[in-house]
Formats: sequence, C-alpha cells, structure tokens
Amino acid sequence: MVTLQINGEKHSVDVESDMPLLWVLRDVIGYTGTKFGCGKGLCGACMVLVDGNAVNSCLLQVSLVEGKDIVTIEGTTENLRKLQNSWEKLNVPQCGFCQSGQLITATALLNTNDAPSEVDINNAMVRNICRCGTYTRIKEAINNTLESSK
Amino acid sequence: MGDIKNISRRGFIKGIGLASGGLVLASTTVILESCTSKEIVAFNPNLFVQLNSDGSLILLASRSEMGQGVRTSLTSVIADEMEADWSRVSVKQAVGDVKYGDQNTDGSKSIRLMYETMRQLGAATKAMLISAAAQIWEVPESECEAENHFVVHSSGKKKAFGSLVEIAKTLEVPKEVLLKDPKDFKYIGKKLPSIDVRNFTNGTAVFGLDFRLPNMKFAAIKRCPVAFGTVVKIDKEEALKIKGVIRVVEVPRVEGPFGALGGVAVVAENTWAAFKGRDALKVTWDKGGNEIYNSDKFMSAMTEAVHKSGKVRKSIGTIDNAFNKASKIVESTYQLPHLAHAPMEVPNAVAWCNKEGCEIWAPTQEPQRTRKVVSNFLKIAEENITVNVTFLGGGFGRKSKPDYIMEAVIVSKAINEPVQVVWSREDDVQHGYYHTVSAQYMKGSLDEKGNVTGWLHRFALPSITSTFQPGAKEPARWEAASAADVPFEVPNMQIETAEAEAHVRIGWLRSVINIPHGFAINVFADELAHKARKDALQFRLDLIGSDRIEETKNPYKYNTARLKHVLKSVAKNAGWGQDLPEGHALGLAVHYSFLSYVACVAEVSVAANKVKVHNVYMVIDCGTAVNQDTIKAQMEGSVIFGMSHTFYGKITAKDGAIEQSNFHDYSMLRMPDAPKIHVEIVQNNEKPTGVGEPGVPVVAPAIVNAIFKASGKRYKSLPLKDFNLV
Repeated sequence: MVTLQINGEKHSVDVESDMPLLWVLRDVIGYTGTKFGCGKGLCGACMVLVDGNAVNSCLLQVSLVEGKDIVTIEGTTENLRKLQNSWEKLNVPQCGFCQSGQLITATALLNTNDAPSEVDINNAMVRNICRCGTYTRIKEAINNTLESSK
Repeated sequence: MGDIKNISRRGFIKGIGLASGGLVLASTTVILESCTSKEIVAFNPNLFVQLNSDGSLILLASRSEMGQGVRTSLTSVIADEMEADWSRVSVKQAVGDVKYGDQNTDGSKSIRLMYETMRQLGAATKAMLISAAAQIWEVPESECEAENHFVVHSSGKKKAFGSLVEIAKTLEVPKEVLLKDPKDFKYIGKKLPSIDVRNFTNGTAVFGLDFRLPNMKFAAIKRCPVAFGTVVKIDKEEALKIKGVIRVVEVPRVEGPFGALGGVAVVAENTWAAFKGRDALKVTWDKGGNEIYNSDKFMSAMTEAVHKSGKVRKSIGTIDNAFNKASKIVESTYQLPHLAHAPMEVPNAVAWCNKEGCEIWAPTQEPQRTRKVVSNFLKIAEENITVNVTFLGGGFGRKSKPDYIMEAVIVSKAINEPVQVVWSREDDVQHGYYHTVSAQYMKGSLDEKGNVTGWLHRFALPSITSTFQPGAKEPARWEAASAADVPFEVPNMQIETAEAEAHVRIGWLRSVINIPHGFAINVFADELAHKARKDALQFRLDLIGSDRIEETKNPYKYNTARLKHVLKSVAKNAGWGQDLPEGHALGLAVHYSFLSYVACVAEVSVAANKVKVHNVYMVIDCGTAVNQDTIKAQMEGSVIFGMSHTFYGKITAKDGAIEQSNFHDYSMLRMPDAPKIHVEIVQNNEKPTGVGEPGVPVVAPAIVNAIFKASGKRYKSLPLKDFNLV
C-alpha cells in the first residue's frame, strides 16, 4: 500500500512499488489529464509537479514519491492557473493532448524563475514535444503570463 | 464576386446532400441530447441542430477533432447563419452514421464539403424561428429578423429563440432559404477561439486514451516485427506471472486494408501490467515474405529504376527534342525516406462486444469506415455497432485507419469484457502505415535565354494502392497527378513512373504525395534558376507563366494568378531581395494541393555546418477563410510538422523490421528549433478549400533552397540530420 498526496488529497493505493506514477494516476486513481506519450521520458506529455518541480511521471516509480506534494493538471497552483488563462487567451492548443505536460513544465519554470529569458524558456520547454506545432504560441503565452504578473 | 448573392445565397433544402450519404435534411430529426428537465422542450429542425426552450443550443460536429478546430469552425457556420449567440452553443460529437453524410476527416475537406450545407442548416433554422415569432405576433415574416438569439420585430419588440421552440417545432422545414451576405457574417471569417480550449488546458478533455468503463481491462499486443508475419508459437508462462496480468489472447490476422496485423494480446488490470506482460511474452514468428526488406538497398534499386525510362503518365510536346536542342541541361535525383505519423496520442481504442452488439470509443478520423469493417468482421448488422468518437490527440492520417480499433474488438470479443487496447510508442513507430519512401529523377533543359524548354519528372514509390491491392507496384493516377498537374508553362513536359513494391503498410500522412512531389519540384526549379543565373522568385513566376485557369473536372478551377499571388505576397512579407543579417539567406517554395495555394519563404543561416531556421513566412489562399485563427494555427503547425521531417524524419527497415522505436531515434522538432512564423491569409470570397495539409509540402524545399543560398550546398535527400546539419 502506497499513500500519495495528489492535488492536496490523500490517496492510498495497492500497487506494485515499481509501477510508474503515470499509470497509478491514470489507471488506478483516475486522473487522466496526465498523458502517456512515450513511456521513456522523451516527450513530456506525462509531466507532473513533484514538490514544485516538473517530472516525467512515466519514469517515476510510485514508491519514490510517497509523502511528496504531487500536483497534476487537475490541480491548482497560482502559476498553473495564470498560465492556463494565457493559454486560453491565445488559443494555444490544437489537438490539446500534449498541453497538460506543456503547462506543467511551464508552471515549474515560473516556480523557480519569475523572469525567464527566451533561452530559459527554451531550455525548460525543450523537454516537451508538440506534434501539432504550437511552440510559438506556447512561448507567447508564457511571456504574456510574465507580462500580466508584473 | 458579384454572382454569389444571386446564386449561392439562395439554396434549396430538399435534395441537398453532403458529398455522399444522401443526407436529406428536412425529413429526419433526432434528439441530440435528451433534456434533463421536463419543462425544457427541444426543437430539432435537422440532424445537426437542437435548440432548447431555455435557449441553449446544441450543434452537432460530424467530423473528428484532431487539432484542426473542426468542432468550432463547422458549428460556427450554422450559428452564424442562424444568428445564434455563440455563448449559448455547446457542441456534441456525432457517432459514426451514414445519415450524417461523409464523416471521413481526411484530405483537408471538412469545410470544403460541408460549408454550404452548414449554412443552409443554420438559415433554415433561423427561418423557422422567424416564422414562429411572426405567427405569435400575427405580423408578416418580412417585418421580423433574427439577431443574436432573438427574433426582433420592426416595432422593436423581441422574442428569445428559446421562447419560440414550442411553435417552431410545429412548422414545416422551409424548402428554400436565403443565405446571409458574407459582409454580414458574425463568426465566419473571424477569429473564434476553439470551443474546447478550456478542456484542453485543464485536463478534462477526454481523448480515446482517457476513456474508461466500469470493469474495463487494458491490453497490449505483441506484433511480428515484420509486416504481415504470423504467430507460430506462444510461450505465455512468464507473462502470466506479472502481477495484474489476467490472460493472454491470440489476435488473428484480419485481412483487408484496415484489418488487424495480428499478434498476441496481454490483458491486464492496468496499462503498465499489460506492457510488462507483453514484454515478458515469448513468441515465435513466421516473418513471411517482407523479411527481405532493407530500405537502404531498396532506395538504391528505386534510384536505379528512375534513371531508366519509365511508364509515361503525361506527355506534352517532345521531351527528347527539347533536351537535344538545349543550351543547358540540369539533372537531379531526390531521395526521401519513409515517415511515421507519431501523433502524440498513440493508437488506442475501447471496445465492448456483448450479445447486444458492439460499442466502441475511439480517437478515429473515420467512424463510418470503422463501423463497416467491424460489422463485416463480427458479421452483425451496422445498427448494432456504435462508434463513439473521442478527441484525437493528433491524427495526421494515422487514425483514419481503424486497424487498432479492430484489435480492441477482437480482444473484447475474446474476453467478453470491455477492453482498451493501448499501443506503446514503440508499437506506433514500428507498426504504422508509413508515408511512402521515394526516389525522383528530374531533368530539365534551358535555352540560351535561360527559359525552361523541357521538364522530365520520373519517380518511383511504393503506392498507397498496395494497402488496398497487395502487390500493386505502380503509383495510382492521383499519386501521379501532383507531379503531372504542375502548372508550369513549359513546352515539353513528361511525367513518368517506375515500379516499386511495398514491404510495409503504406498509408496517407498529412499532405501525402505532395510531400515528395512538392520537394522535388521546388528544389529542382531552384536548381534550374541557379543554372539560368536568374533570381529564384522571378524565375518561378516565369515558369508558372501567364494568368490562366486550368480546366479541371472539379468546380475548383486551378488559377495560376492565385498561385502567383501567394508567391509574390510571401516574397514581399519576407523582404525578398532586401538586405538580410550577415550569413542569412532566403529560400522559397510554392505548391498547390488540397485545392489551396500556399507559398513559403524560409530564412536560414548555416554556421559551423549547423543550420538555423530563423523565420518562416507562409501565405495561403484557401478561398473563404472560415476561421482566421484556426487557419493561422494550421499554417504554424504545418511549418513545425514540415520541419520535423526536414530535420529528423526517417524510418528505415532492416530485414523487414523498422529500426526506429521512440522519440530518441525518431525525433520531433522541439521549441528551441522552432522559428518565428509569419502567416498571411489571402482574403476573398472564393469557395473554401483545404487548410490542414497544404501548408506542409512547401516547408522542406524552402529550407533546402535557403540552405543552398546560404552555404552553396544542395541537399537532395532528407532528413538533414543525415548530414549533421542539425
């Protein structure tokens, strides 16, 4: 039995200790906003916040995050909420599938850097693939969030 | 467009069909959504519209949403003609059913085929609401008009749409309606945001992969590494030891273009256990005839073939005479690899086969085809099969092929429970329907003035026909057309094809045959311009030649003036001919596909043998621009999609098995490589044409032409990573 703190709620789950957090979220608890894209930590679709940092949940054994503060796209943090507003204003998503991961990575960036340069944004967001090609709008939405927070 | 008002604005409801399916709008109504409150009454004037007495408006999207914004654009056309308040609209996704007309969301044709019909539906609904109000007020209809979810009388009194439902329900659907003047459009031609944007940003949108049923199982399938290989022996002992694995089921090969590849399924309590169990399976395969496939050798053979004369598909003038009399000759060979679609959401489907029939929830571009193949396979009538369409996490043509849905049906039937079949990324990269591999030989002649006198284009590629007719070796007529219909005023032209046999499943991928042809034609034209010592832009405009309208069988005439216009516009936007930063250079490409005209200029620099794409300029003429923001987004996306295969895209086969497996060796463009993208949409009132695909073919050749300008090196095969350029 593993006890997890997700979006401020406690969940006790009976799973193998090496099961990645992604599948615990999606198939056991039912948080399907976190996506499966590659299973190898290559695309960022499965990003969640663990103690405020963006982590690929597809590689993260569930036993390693017991007691940590996990936030998924279904959760709320101030930076996530601000970014979601900008995303919406700029109509960023196309198919939408990768956007949970994009938003989580961007949230983690703003958690540690309140004035990221273009290089900082590129370095953070390089972990996330968008096959539809929304990169220019994502960048603009991050910049707009920074502008409106000033 | 003076005639639009007189002809197109007046449409006849009876007998209007979508492209196929014989949809009769007036006679059939369905309840889109049952009302939760007994006090609410619903008015369903046609299959696509439900106005409730509380004013809420439910519009049906019959096409699949995969990022192209179709759920918003199609329904906004109804809402506009209906004078509805967009904030009262919700969109319901249609199940697969021929009564909705063609639902195949492929070929960049949803708006093109349905625009007029959606207008008619909205206009007819509006007319009925006006009639209802006129009846209540006892005034002539001519004194009433609709405005933002109300019917307004000339005296100033008004009635909300919802309050008219009871009466409107009793009225006949009009046989003839008047459409709006385009200048009065409220939503069409504007920048309406996606109706789904909030659900895409808060994680609540339900993609196929997110669909859940009570007691649903998860399955992963081990497939033969070589296409169409078959199972000889299964050792399932280790798989069954994995915690969470329930059972192992053999999946038979189902023949047909969209049948299942076959293999062995591991059914489990969760996806992770299914993947682990699948990895623990030991399967012995009969790899079949495709084990001979080595894509390197295959490319050499195709290249050899295109250097010999081929089957003539089109001939104008006498190509040999042109070559004999030439002042200069240019010859070039282009080689492009297989590509995989790799949508961010892997293929997956939920199926629940039981004694009542079969219900499916899947991210599919083609719910009707799915219904049909499942019906044929299960040998039960289509009315007992329901295909629900979820959001698609990207499609790009992959999800128009329901092989992965067939797998879910097979497994559900075997275990008699609902099941979700999930492909891993490795499955997706290694068992797809690949964009074809191609070799193209081109030869051109120039006279002493540098005019093109002869144009020979000869190509070989395994045809998509092979998916439908195994063993087919010749490109289909439509696969030759995008080379043959090149609108160049050249007196001697010949298009030829050589044979090539498929050894993997070949399928259409966003822009399809226009990717290889758009590349070869645009790069070769640039090579000719260089040989002729002419400016690439002027040379290309001269090659297109006079303003003329090509006779085509479809009502969308190929207009060279529109083609030249996008080219001139993109050159202007990019500052063609003006000073650029040190080391930067521009390259251009122009291509007509999916009935739309697109031109592209790429601005690149090359330093230390690394290419950087700084800016990409796109201009599209797609006729009436139904949603400006969606079109802009599709052009942005086309640039990134095109750059992914320009930089990285290459699928290879060794002994019949695909060598790539995931995003580390089948890479995608990422944010640091994304250029600034500048989009112009030509504004006119022509018929709307394709948007999702026509932006892709110009990207690679524009970049390759710009690299030549910057570095003097001409790259005739892709991807550029093969040259360590990226």
